[in-house]
Amino acid sequence: MTYINAIGLIAPQGTIEDGHFACVEPVYKELINPVQLRRMSRILKMGLGASSICVNNLSEAKIDAIIVGTGLACIVDLEKFLVSVLDENEQGLSPIPFINSSHNTVAAQIAMMHKITGYSNTYCHRGASFESALLDALMLLGEGEAQHVLVGGIDEYSQHYQLMINEERKMKDAVIGEGAAFFILEKERRENSFAELKGVHSFLMKDDDFNNNDAPLIKTEISSFLQKHALDMADIDLFVSGKNGNCITDGIYDILERDCFPHAETLYYKHLCGEYMTATGFALDMAARQLKGQKEKRALIYNHYNYINHSLILLQTP
Amino acid sequence: MVYITGFGIISGMGCGAEETWATLQQGRPVIGKVSFLETALRHYPAVEVKKSNADLVRLASLPEDKIYSRTFLLGLIAAQQAMRMAGLNTAQGILGATTIGGMDLNERYYKRIMEEGDKALRRQLASSFECADCTEQIANHFDIRTHVTTMSTACSSSANAIMTATRMIRNGLADSVLAGGMDALSRFSINGFNSLEILSPTGCRPFDQQRNGVTIGEGAAFLVLESEKAATGKKIYGEIIGYANHSEAFHQTASSPDGAGAIMTMRHALKTANLQPEDIDYINAHGTGTQINDLSEGNAIGTVFGNKIPPVSSTKAYTGHTLAAAGAVEAVLSLLSIKEQTLLPNLGLENVMEELPFLPYSDMRCEICDKQPSQIELNHILSNSFGFGGANTTLIIKRV
Repeated sequence: MTYINAIGLIAPQGTIEDGHFACVEPVYKELINPVQLRRMSRILKMGLGASSICVNNLSEAKIDAIIVGTGLACIVDLEKFLVSVLDENEQGLSPIPFINSSHNTVAAQIAMMHKITGYSNTYCHRGASFESALLDALMLLGEGEAQHVLVGGIDEYSQHYQLMINEERKMKDAVIGEGAAFFILEKERRENSFAELKGVHSFLMKDDDFNNNDAPLIKTEISSFLQKHALDMADIDLFVSGKNGNCITDGIYDILERDCFPHAETLYYKHLCGEYMTATGFALDMAARQLKGQKEKRALIYNHYNYINHSLILLQTP
Repeated sequence: MVYITGFGIISGMGCGAEETWATLQQGRPVIGKVSFLETALRHYPAVEVKKSNADLVRLASLPEDKIYSRTFLLGLIAAQQAMRMAGLNTAQGILGATTIGGMDLNERYYKRIMEEGDKALRRQLASSFECADCTEQIANHFDIRTHVTTMSTACSSSANAIMTATRMIRNGLADSVLAGGMDALSRFSINGFNSLEILSPTGCRPFDQQRNGVTIGEGAAFLVLESEKAATGKKIYGEIIGYANHSEAFHQTASSPDGAGAIMTMRHALKTANLQPEDIDYINAHGTGTQINDLSEGNAIGTVFGNKIPPVSSTKAYTGHTLAAAGAVEAVLSLLSIKEQTLLPNLGLENVMEELPFLPYSDMRCEICDKQPSQIELNHILSNSFGFGGANTTLIIKRV
């Protein structure tokens, strides 16, 4: 069994800035060495900040693995270096944005900060990034290769991303957000455990498959996932819905709420954190906090990113 | 048990296992000038796949009226070879790896998309900027629906993809997984390594005293990994028996001089394989040709293998450093070595590094090895892949 024993979150709190949800950021110099802080990109500060909050919340655990899921990772620095290549005729370029553009920079710097010399991995796969990281963490704990795994989902808002999303009809009317959510997962249940993480599943649907008749397929995915955990839909008390305001692709959430989980309470969250590739990190934080202190409740997070990457995360009270 | 039932490769050494092996047999580098990449740094040698994007589109049998990133084209071609070899139409998962994804498209169209606001082009290319794009297109090509994901841990990315695919099969999550990596040559990568002053002006010479940096290559390689059950009755080319991944937590772009991260990783991989150092018959080193890597890795090999160091070589002087693809490319080269029972020499050596605790296996004689290369039986190969951010991964492949 795997428990969520600490959480560190940097997230928007429902406040919109320039048309998107922007994180309310902590005072980083209280969390990160101010000398190093000056050269850090924003996503790195968010990652180090949220992971430090998480680690500080469970200081007795000696973290032995770090796994990060990040859809766009360090794309802001990657673009910065690309623009310098294009504009400066490939001469006299600063290496700093190149160094920061390596997509595993966040995981690497977290490892350096918290002296993690065990397993480290970074998944960059759109709406499956955080889910892939969680699945890896579950495997790692199951294999006994680590005891205290730090796993996070992180993405920052960028204008580039906004421009790309503007062209996507399945994202119309969704407000873009950002966030960093880190968790310590352990086999051992603690007094302050938030929730038990039962399982993760993700599946890919073809972009051109999109139509409103996919509900049966998605329902089948959900029931077979629950069956693997000896559960059925009626056992779910909390349905965490990834509705983001897009009138085309929100339909599936309504269908599931109505047909599969009429008895369950529904929790929405993207009106707080916005839509981004690792928004399920925010959802996991919210669901885990909701379960803490309750008795025998189960939560299912269903999310789709752009109706291509679909995912399920199952939790229950510890 | 996790078996390799298919593999595919495309690099500067050719397309497919046969062409690649033929080039390897010539025993000389294919490092040279770029002819397709338009860069101001064309005086730096690189290892380019000598095919235009149009050639690659035809090779992959794709519709010719669409825009594809070169990274995707290379990846798909390697994946097609691997799937064909394994006799599969689809798989239960794909773990792809890339550092820059569709960067070649970024370089060509960024200004048009971002500044001139070419909306039609933006719609067409919106997602090619993301790491996930290449993997997802390959997944769609083979109708792979579950366990579709991408890893990006710099130059150890595809070694991590192979390791994770192996673990997924061992954990019973899937029976067949396509795992590998892809990266096309780009102005971005060449300039990045140049800005760090580790791009070789003359061609990489791993483990040489006068080594002067990395030579970038492009390419892709994929393995089909299958569970014992799924592989029953199939031709098996090797088995992944050992793996490990450790974060060195030392420096963002450099490894420690004593190779602490590499030591942990190799020892841990030996442990998962249940082998002793003397069981390893050959080490395919990361061996990039930078001052720091080769010193650090050389020391680490010395520490782990003591006075029983098997033949060691880096194949980077053949392929160039194919970045995210390197781990998978070197896994395929290791499989070819096992199949042909032939060691691949370390090219470009004139004076071996003074600090090195072994002589790399090269055109020179393997003087400090216990056995002469001609007598060596290749049963277990250890392959290292190290990336920025102290991302170290080791794989151990067994002859079956």
